[in-house]
Amino acid sequence: MIYFNNVSKYYSGKIPGLVDVTLEIKPGEFVFLIGPSGSGKTTFLRLLIRDLIPSSGTIMIDTVDISKFAASNIFTLRRKVGIVFQDFKLLLDRTVFENVAMVLEIIGKPERDIEDGVMNVLGLVGLAEKKNLFPMQLSAGEMQRTSIARAIVGGPKILLADEPTGNLDPDTAWGIIEILKEINALGTTVIVASHNADIVNRLKKRTLTLEHGRMVRDEAKGRYHLDKSGKMMHKGGKHNVAT
Amino acid sequence: MSLRREVKTHIRRSPYQALAATLTMFLTFLVGGVFFLATMASVAILGYFEGKPQVTVFFTPKAGQIEADSLKTKLEATGKVSGTHFVSKEDALAIYRAQNQNDPLLLEMVTADILPASLEVSATDPQYLSELAQVIQGSEGVDEVIYQRDVVDSLLAWTNAIRWVGGTLALLLVIDSLLIIGTVIAMKIALKRDEVEILTLVGATPWAIRAPFILEGGLYGLTGASIASLILTIVIVWLRPYLFSFLGVIPILAVMLGSITSSAFLISIATFMVGTMLLGFILGALGSSIALRRYLK
Repeated sequence: MIYFNNVSKYYSGKIPGLVDVTLEIKPGEFVFLIGPSGSGKTTFLRLLIRDLIPSSGTIMIDTVDISKFAASNIFTLRRKVGIVFQDFKLLLDRTVFENVAMVLEIIGKPERDIEDGVMNVLGLVGLAEKKNLFPMQLSAGEMQRTSIARAIVGGPKILLADEPTGNLDPDTAWGIIEILKEINALGTTVIVASHNADIVNRLKKRTLTLEHGRMVRDEAKGRYHLDKSGKMMHKGGKHNVAT
Repeated sequence: MSLRREVKTHIRRSPYQALAATLTMFLTFLVGGVFFLATMASVAILGYFEGKPQVTVFFTPKAGQIEADSLKTKLEATGKVSGTHFVSKEDALAIYRAQNQNDPLLLEMVTADILPASLEVSATDPQYLSELAQVIQGSEGVDEVIYQRDVVDSLLAWTNAIRWVGGTLALLLVIDSLLIIGTVIAMKIALKRDEVEILTLVGATPWAIRAPFILEGGLYGLTGASIASLILTIVIVWLRPYLFSFLGVIPILAVMLGSITSSAFLISIATFMVGTMLLGFILGALGSSIALRRYLK
């Protein structure tokens, strides 16, 4: 369970990143986070991995207030929360297998378990055959799948994806979303920040809409409310805001 | 990737930086080692001379045990004497014979009568010597007084000079080494910023992220110090016969330098080498830690 209770984040003390957001995300939910650039989506995700500390309010994961985590203990949180980035953040000098395996290596898993665990998730994302290739030998979609495999190999409870389809063509993007749905079906909470209206509208999952750091909509079967220029489309000026 | 492979990769990918760091460490420990050994030797020499009688009182030919006992009583009454030793005319002859046993001509010409009896006096503190000198000068039967103080003072000045020059130079080199190791590691951190960021995001402990860098710095120090201590050991072994002939009169150095197979020599060299290597590792790891503290928040 994730709770945001009146969470605000201001950069340099005055530039709003997130303003007074209160919400609850239940275990196993699939949630889209939408909003124009600069609306606070990435701030939201960075707060969840304790890459940022809220200026005010509390963020709880289960019963733990993550803003109170000591810097030296953040790693315990990061092992519960996997993250996927638009730019993949893969190590170019390591193979697909090694990129994924490092998550298990750092938690001290035995070699046998690492081999099994990595091959299992590579099978899930369809990259078992390419385990020995380096990132530069992969397509963008394959790189993103590697990134997803790395994020889930440690068995996190929560998976965050920051624009995971941003650099991909529509077909490949759908492939990534299908994988995220599969992961969600296995019980992992998935939160996806996205600009892809087609995906958001067709999936009809819970959608949180952010604008200027404020959450302006929280819809159970949401749809994309931004026009092609990235501006919010208001229907009769009404917002469905969760409080 | 295992810690060992990680460190190996770090070093292999920037061999010139690794070489610079190792060479600096080598120079630091070479110079530091030379001054350390010189200081140790000078301390041993100084200790030897300080332990020797600081004043030798020679008596007139007619004076002997009675005058010596009287002087000994007066000196002991001051409470500033740590020991005295009477050398009779016969003892003096025995010493003379031992020193000139290979020269029969010299032995034939000397009898106990022409050698003076003497009293060797050690003060509890060298600063009392002038006070004791007054007591000695005014005593009956005293012919000549020889002080070791001048020798000791001169040695002390040399020892202090070695300590100061060596200490300052070693300190400068230590600072230089820390800065160079720190700079090399800082460059490595910059080169591996993406990797560090990814490791942080996937839940690596702070130690797992820092350990390869600390170990890398430690390895530069260990390598540099090992080469320096090895070279110094070879030089000591090579110079041992000369050092022994020069410093053999000092018991502790005579035991150490007497034979390269003696346990005293082997233990001293092993302690020196292990100590230097350990210090090298610590210094290198410290340089890395400083860089990590500065560049890896």
